[in-house]
Formats: sequence, C-alpha cells, structure tokens
Amino acid sequence: MTTATEATTPPEWPLWEVFVRTRAGLDHKHCGSLHAADPKMAIQLARDVYTRRQEGTSVWVVRSDQIVASDPADKGMYFDPMEDKVYRHPTFYQLPGAVDHM
Amino acid sequence: MYTQAMDTMGKEGDGKKAVRSAEEMLLEQRFDARIDDGEFIEAKDWMPDHYRKTLVRQISQHAHSEIVGMLPEGNWITRAPSLKRKTILLAKVQDEAGHGLYLYSAAETLGTSRDQMLDALHSGKAKYSSIFNYPTLTWADMGAIGWLVDGAAIMNQVPICRCSYAPYARAMIRICREESFHQRQGFESLLTMMEKGTAAQKAMVQDAVDRWWWPSVMMFGPPDDQSPNSAQSMRWGIKRVSNDELRQKFVDAAVDQAKVLGVSLPDPHLKWNEERQHHDFGAINWDEFWQVIGGNGPCNRERLGARVKAWEDGAWVREAAMAHAAKQSQQPLAA
Repeated sequence: MTTATEATTPPEWPLWEVFVRTRAGLDHKHCGSLHAADPKMAIQLARDVYTRRQEGTSVWVVRSDQIVASDPADKGMYFDPMEDKVYRHPTFYQLPGAVDHM
Repeated sequence: MYTQAMDTMGKEGDGKKAVRSAEEMLLEQRFDARIDDGEFIEAKDWMPDHYRKTLVRQISQHAHSEIVGMLPEGNWITRAPSLKRKTILLAKVQDEAGHGLYLYSAAETLGTSRDQMLDALHSGKAKYSSIFNYPTLTWADMGAIGWLVDGAAIMNQVPICRCSYAPYARAMIRICREESFHQRQGFESLLTMMEKGTAAQKAMVQDAVDRWWWPSVMMFGPPDDQSPNSAQSMRWGIKRVSNDELRQKFVDAAVDQAKVLGVSLPDPHLKWNEERQHHDFGAINWDEFWQVIGGNGPCNRERLGARVKAWEDGAWVREAAMAHAAKQSQQPLAA
C-alpha cells in the first residue's frame, strides 16, 4: 500500500459524500461515498450506487473535502459536559400523577 | 457477495513491530479496551498500524472479489434464456458492482486511495476470491453460483456486519440486505429447471452443482489450525466466527437445500453425524485451493487480463471527464 503514484498518473476523480432522503418528510441521511468527475455525474452515480431498490426519493452529494468535522480526540471535551445536565430532560421533573402526562 | 477468508494471504510481511513507544502502547491498551467493550472504531480514531493494514487488505480484497466476480456472470448476460432471467442477471451483476464500490469506499477511509488498491489488483499483488477463477460453462452455472457461491458468501458476510471497524460493518449491512436476492434467484432458477426441465437440463444442473460444490466449500478459507492470522482478527473483532465453523454451517444448510432441489452433492463422505449434530464431509483438496490462489486456476489470467484491459481502455474516459469538469468549472455559472 506504499506504492507511490507515478507523476504521470492522472488524478483520481474527487470523492463525494452521498446523502439520501428515504421518503418525503424525512431528513437526508449519510449513506456512503463515491468518486465522480463533476456534480452532475456524482448525482447520477449516487442514484445508481445507492438507490437501486427505491431507497430514496432525493439525493444530495457534497465534495468530501468540503466537509468540516469535529476532531474525535475532542470527543470527551465536546460532548461529555452534557452528561450531568439532566435537568435538560423532561424526565428530570417529578410531577403529580394527575398532570404527569404534561 | 463474495468475501473469502483471506487472512493468510498477506504478503506485505506486516507483522507487529517489536519496538513500540510507551505512548503507543498506552494507545493500544485503550484501543484493546474499546474493542473489549464492543465499541465500534471509526475512520479518524486511533488504531494500531497492524489493525489498519489487516483491514485494508481484507476490505480491498473483498472489493476486488466483487468486481472480478462480475466477469463469470457477465459472460452469460447476452445468452440468458429469457428476458426475465436476463433482467435478473443484469440486476445481480449491477449489485456486485455496487458492492465493490461500497467496499472500496470503506477501505479508502483507512487512508489508501482507490488507485492504489486497483494498482495492487492489476499488478497481481492483491488477491481476490479464488472462486472466480473457475469458468462458467453452462447457463446452470448462473443458478449454481447464486445458490452455492452467494450462499457461502452470505455465511461469511453476515458476521462481518458486526465487525469492529464501523465503515466496513456499515458497508456489509447494506451488502447483506441485497445478497439474499442473489441466492434466492439462483436457487429458484435451478429449481425451475429441475421441476419443469428436460432430462438434459436436469443433467446440466447436476453438472453445475458437481463443479461448484468443492470450490464453494473452499471459499471459507484454510482450516482453523492453518489460519495463523485468524486469532488476531478474532481478538480485534474483525472476524467473528472461524472458517471451519462457517464452513460447517454452510454444508449443513446446503444438504437440506439439495434435497429440495433434487440434486446430489459430489461428496461420498457427506453424512449426518448424530453425535455432532452436524454433517461430516470429505477431505478438501487444499492443493487445488492454493494452486488457484497462487494464480494457476483455470481462469486466473483471463480474469485479471479482463480487469486490466477494462482499466486501460477506460483511461481516456476518466481523463476526458476530468477535462470536461475543469472546463465547466471555468465558465460563469449563469448563462
């Protein structure tokens, strides 16, 4: 896997992330990635690769290098502080039975 | 379809490095603890070098198998006996292409490029499932591949849906969902010939089963005691069930299915063992297996030649598409 790509080798088609809306009313969900030369081809290939069995009614594609993501190393720092904020959840509040369905 | 236990086929000599820094050992301890807790590993998480290499090898070989696997079946698309069977076969071969693409994408998350993987395939450095180096001689081979080869692949692949490397597991879930159609269409195609076919068609089915049985049984890879990397893969949650266990499960299932089909399986030693509650079966010809893996199967050269030709013949298309994209991006957006 360390073979250096030769200088004469043309670049790969860029990588795109694919998001599919499974049916109207739901949100688009990430389902995979693919290589395509341009946006139009990326949409076309996304349909062929990821919706062969009516898995979607709409697809989004976005260049992978355009996605900004949180750093996994920051996971604890970013997300753990919410763990002790139980008062953000409705179940934190004990109410009398008569009004508990509130 | 079509993974094969290929854990003994690494040629990169990627054994564990003897010397590791204290920091690296700490990271590895944490990593092992995460595996023990049944956590999934994502692409950007720290992972041992050997874990990464093992996965790149396994996933890329799996992807290559899907792509090369299109060739033996593609051979029959233009000669399918009816429009119905032709559309089914086309859909199946298209699925294999899709499965290859899911898997290449999963492998790319580990930091190896698509071109590097294809280069490894085309240069013969990377392997693919040995089963595709056998020829598809008759139409019944399409059914036998669906029933037996895809059946074996499903046995192999279902446990990988729980692989510790999440991008691989996600790809496998998608693949397994589509795989069942492959096996069922194959069985149904054979069953149709066995129930409504002529004597010649029935004989053709039996002949196909006779030729595909042993190569399918071999798809599970070498026996456990000759599978040195298996223990490490098990430890890391890359592999969940051993080769021999999966093979036994496959044989047990196939025996009952063969009865429904009305064909015999070409193994005189195949017999129910009351004590084990499993079928015993005859000795596997591992010489043949290693010959085929080593490049000396009936179709190795033809398969690889077809892949290299397709890649080279398509070079101008890939370049033209990039040139077109570059040209389009230079033009003003609103006409």
